[in-house]
Amino acid sequence: MARQQHEHIVKSFDEQLKSVNQQIARMGGLAESQLASAVEALVKRDSDLAGRVVNADTGLDNLEHDVEEAVVRILALRQPVATDLRDIIAAFKIASDTERIGDYAVNVAKRALALNQMPPVQPVYTVPRMARLVQSIVKDTFDAYVERDAEKAIDVWHRDEEVDEMYTSLFRELLTYMMEDPRSITPGTHLLFIAKNIERIGDHATNIAETVHYLVTGEYIEGGRPKGDTSSYAVMEPPRPDEDGNGGDDE
Amino acid sequence: MAELQATAAATEIPEATGASPDAGSDQPAKIAARNVNVFYGTNQALKDIDLDLGGNEVTALIGPSGCGKSTFLRCLNRMNDVIDICRVTGRITLDGEDIYDPRLDVVQLRARVGMVFQKPNPFPKSIYDNIAYGPRIHGVANNKEELEEIVVTSLQRAGLWNEVKDRLNVPGTGLSGGQQQRLCIARAIAVSPEVILMDEPCSALDPIATAKIEELIDELRGNYTIVIVTHNMQQAARVSQRTAFFHLGEMVEADETEAIFTNPKDERTLGYITGRYG
Repeated sequence: MARQQHEHIVKSFDEQLKSVNQQIARMGGLAESQLASAVEALVKRDSDLAGRVVNADTGLDNLEHDVEEAVVRILALRQPVATDLRDIIAAFKIASDTERIGDYAVNVAKRALALNQMPPVQPVYTVPRMARLVQSIVKDTFDAYVERDAEKAIDVWHRDEEVDEMYTSLFRELLTYMMEDPRSITPGTHLLFIAKNIERIGDHATNIAETVHYLVTGEYIEGGRPKGDTSSYAVMEPPRPDEDGNGGDDE
Repeated sequence: MAELQATAAATEIPEATGASPDAGSDQPAKIAARNVNVFYGTNQALKDIDLDLGGNEVTALIGPSGCGKSTFLRCLNRMNDVIDICRVTGRITLDGEDIYDPRLDVVQLRARVGMVFQKPNPFPKSIYDNIAYGPRIHGVANNKEELEEIVVTSLQRAGLWNEVKDRLNVPGTGLSGGQQQRLCIARAIAVSPEVILMDEPCSALDPIATAKIEELIDELRGNYTIVIVTHNMQQAARVSQRTAFFHLGEMVEADETEAIFTNPKDERTLGYITGRYG
């Protein structure tokens, strides 16, 4: 898929690029494990693990900072073009998206800490299903990055629609619980936020997939992003039936 | 006093000519090269070059040393004619007219297609005479006033006027390198060419003088077709709208400059602009 590139005449440039690529891969691995741990903390009601997720976020923040510094240095000193330029710009964008994924994982862990103070509620078991899907999307996204695989990136990009649909159905399910039993409103709201955070992680993974596609091909993925999140209209009818173009991508 | 009046008159001229219609990319090429081969003796320097150079835009020719880009540039105003062992085949047209037509007046061609070289090469004459020389021999000016006007306008367009207006009689060779190069550009535009060829015009200049030349190139492209050979890739990226990459006598790839520098189609182009072994 990726073109096998010759080495730069200036070897230190290759080393710098390689180092940035490795940092991105490490960020990806860390973000994946943060998400996995946060969800595990939720399912197993493990407050210790949730606490560790919250503390581990500085690792991702520091890595993002390192990548930014390296990118600025390379831009200033090497003036990269073509594939090198795309490599560097992609690293910059992916680092930012990955850091956000880490933040959302922390949010999930914090909500898990709160939920662990309350009796368990039913949809706790639907959330992990959605989380597993998002985890696999995040993993495949970073695989696409490491393998420079544009087709895999497009594949991942399409799968975000599924996450959105899951989120919409979870939203309805939680609303039903909360209407039936007002005591479930507090845990239900926490779960709703958790689901929303996981859904947002999917969105950032989609951003990364788009960036990977650009990195490999030099072209943007054509067509609008597939959207399956209609939760904005779960209780109320949309103002006009044809107006759902940008739904669900706020915050 | 006469000089001041000339200034006042000259400042209006760019306004009048500057309003030339914008040449869209769908217009026919100003210069079209087809199947151009160049031989130095038995050594082939250019192989089957097909390249269109659009009007009112800057085309950059890039490529490693010896790739043929300067040779190609020199074909465009028949500078290669002066090299005995050089042989050019194929067809190059300027506004549809074959420039290698034996009936064509080469001196007239070089008035239409001006050239600026790597090292500034002002004549060992006054600044004034450096500019006035071309218009004089081509009979462009009818009288002294017109000639003076041409000198002032050319210096203004080359962005040199303010720096030399008080010393037009000092030798051009006494100016700084950057000023000398702008003097050479002023000299080239004094005979109202349609095309300006530039062979590494900034390689002997410091970054500030280079920036001034680049700014000048950008201003000039409204009225002229410019072809620039440069080893400085960033310069090609900055000043040109189209870029052509030459390699081992072949024209490998020509495209919009942005496309060449973000997503080149050919491996050789990619290798060259990113600094890799190819």
